[in-house]
Amino acid sequence: MHPRSRAFRANAAKALVDPGLQAALGKLKAGFRIKRAAAVARLPEFEALRDAGKAIKDHTLAHLDAYLETFETRAIAAGGQVHWARDATEARAAVLAICRAAGARTVTKGKSMVAEEIGLNEHLEANGLTPVETDLGEYIIQLRHEGPSHIVVPAIHLDRHAVADAFRAAHRERAPERDLSEPRAMLDEAREELRRHFLAADVGITGANFLIAETGSTAIVTNEGNGDLTQTLPRVHIVVAGIEKVVPTLNDAAVLIRLLARSATGQEVSVYTTFSTGPRRREDLDGPEEFHVVLLDNGRSAMLGGPFQDMLRCIRCAACINHCPVYGTVGGHAYGWVYPGPMGAVLTPAQVGLAEGRELVEASTLCGRCEQVCPMRIPLPAMLRHWRERAFERHLVPTRQHWGLMVWGFAARRPWLYHTAMRTAAWGLAWLARGSGGLRTLPGIGGWTASRDLPAPAGRTFRDQWTQRLRR
Amino acid sequence: MSPRTAILDGIRRSLKRGALPPCEYDRLNRRLAAPDTAVVPVRSGGTHAEKVERFAAMVVEMQASLDRVASAPAVISAVAAILAAFGLPPSVVAAPALEDAPWAGSGLTVRFGAATAADPVSVTPALCGVAETGTLVLLSGPESPTTLNFLPDLHIAVVAASAIVGSYEEAWARVRARGALSRTVNWITGPSRTADIEQTLLLGAHGPRRLHVILVDDRQPGA
Ligand code: SF4
Repeated sequence: MHPRSRAFRANAAKALVDPGLQAALGKLKAGFRIKRAAAVARLPEFEALRDAGKAIKDHTLAHLDAYLETFETRAIAAGGQVHWARDATEARAAVLAICRAAGARTVTKGKSMVAEEIGLNEHLEANGLTPVETDLGEYIIQLRHEGPSHIVVPAIHLDRHAVADAFRAAHRERAPERDLSEPRAMLDEAREELRRHFLAADVGITGANFLIAETGSTAIVTNEGNGDLTQTLPRVHIVVAGIEKVVPTLNDAAVLIRLLARSATGQEVSVYTTFSTGPRRREDLDGPEEFHVVLLDNGRSAMLGGPFQDMLRCIRCAACINHCPVYGTVGGHAYGWVYPGPMGAVLTPAQVGLAEGRELVEASTLCGRCEQVCPMRIPLPAMLRHWRERAFERHLVPTRQHWGLMVWGFAARRPWLYHTAMRTAAWGLAWLARGSGGLRTLPGIGGWTASRDLPAPAGRTFRDQWTQRLRR
Repeated sequence: MSPRTAILDGIRRSLKRGALPPCEYDRLNRRLAAPDTAVVPVRSGGTHAEKVERFAAMVVEMQASLDRVASAPAVISAVAAILAAFGLPPSVVAAPALEDAPWAGSGLTVRFGAATAADPVSVTPALCGVAETGTLVLLSGPESPTTLNFLPDLHIAVVAASAIVGSYEEAWARVRARGALSRTVNWITGPSRTADIEQTLLLGAHGPRRLHVILVDDRQPGA
């Protein structure tokens, strides 16, 4: 996937007038928010679990090198192979080399945001392999040749008609007049189609929700069971995972699992939580003969030790996305990168550069809802402010905004100047708006007044009124 | 420089330190060797009988079906009964671990081994059940191949009441007690599902459309 985050404004404008998308987003808000709240209310220990989860991740990140080494040693001891990748290019190359060595043609894939991050499908296709997404949402967007618009429900932006159209276009050997009006019919069709692929695949690729240092295991959490068929039936199982996914023990994973599904979909727990350790054992009747783990850095190690370290606690639950007023208005594609919403606005500049991702760090009202619901207590608004400061320092904000902020900063550090300017502006604006109480347009803020009036100031500044009250 | 060295060095540089001294590694290894239990929900506690009841209630809440039988031999007739109730042919693929069960005379055709795409019904044992969420814990191995848990349309899992634990951490203690981990540890909570089309919840995505749990009351009376 190529970043298109620079186009956020244009993408967002289009999203606002897309009725299908707006209907889908409305459902998202009604669904996930209520379900999460109910699941959290049902577990009195939820807040204590958040603290415990944060502590586990903070401890792990402070010793990340050691835990990764231990994970590697134990994964190898169990018969697995571990590959390290500094960036997307190295990770893609590692996966391709494993597929080639296995003589693979067809590859099934469980849902993996890291695979999206490294653009794995395009790379495998360009090299003659056929990757097939098996998570229903990922399968749908693969058929439509588009990226995910949400990290948990990738096809959230589509209604049933769009899915039916995609199936009719892709499943050509089926009767064209078949009834695809109900989601059930579409699911049954996808189940049949994907069964074929599961059984034919040479390699299965999954992501990982957790890497477990204690045992060298990888863990995935799914509801469909596609991840398990993906990793059990082919000869080779490849896991692609970010280096921040490691946790010390199976018990630590249990704490995070208690937070994950409740925060994501409001479920008590996902249907399938699967821990994989090495390849099949000699006596086993099924399972893959090879087990590979590709550990991806891609900007993560550089986030340690600075203002963005906390972001590495993220367990990709999407609660921040589901509760974000901006995401809820423009959807995920507007963000132009794999990760949307508040977590995406923080991660995107770290992965594709601040010049590309700058619009995203502005695309927040800093209302703080994301931090309130984040199970890992990640201070997302504070990190967005950090990015804004960096964008300003590096002159990445538009010239007029940059100078505007410089002037404002100059005045704000000199109270007498600030006060005089405010007093003049308040008086001036009130005079301009005399009679109407509001301003239709004002030079310099046309973007703001295009869709609303600027209410006129009362005529006197707050400080003046305050001083007067004190005197009384 | 290899990517591995570069990444590990990068981590240390960001953390503004070098490699950890051996005593630090020892401290971390002690944490790994004695996994602690941070926060366990109250609902996973209580007497063993309460845990069994909570497990049974959660299994049903998670949209699996549940049968309770009084003894191990009764499991096979419960399997036959559920197949008849669902209108399925009397034929199953079962985990080799169940070879000693009294299949003869049950009227069921049974094959022992891994599942194929042609097997509509599987029967497997579970290592334990977790009361907190009604979760089954199943281990892969020659005695219980993983495909049985995912390929068939109906998965029947058998768990003993004596094997019901309260929390995930208790389940891990049981798994660790068996020695080296099997290739796969599956936690299964209800039948396969998806909500990827218009957020409509549908059961039976890629895994089993139905999960049927047979809970065997093997506890001594009065225990
Ligand atoms: S930032 Fe927090 S809320 Fe958002 S996906 Fe990550 S863990 Fe979930």
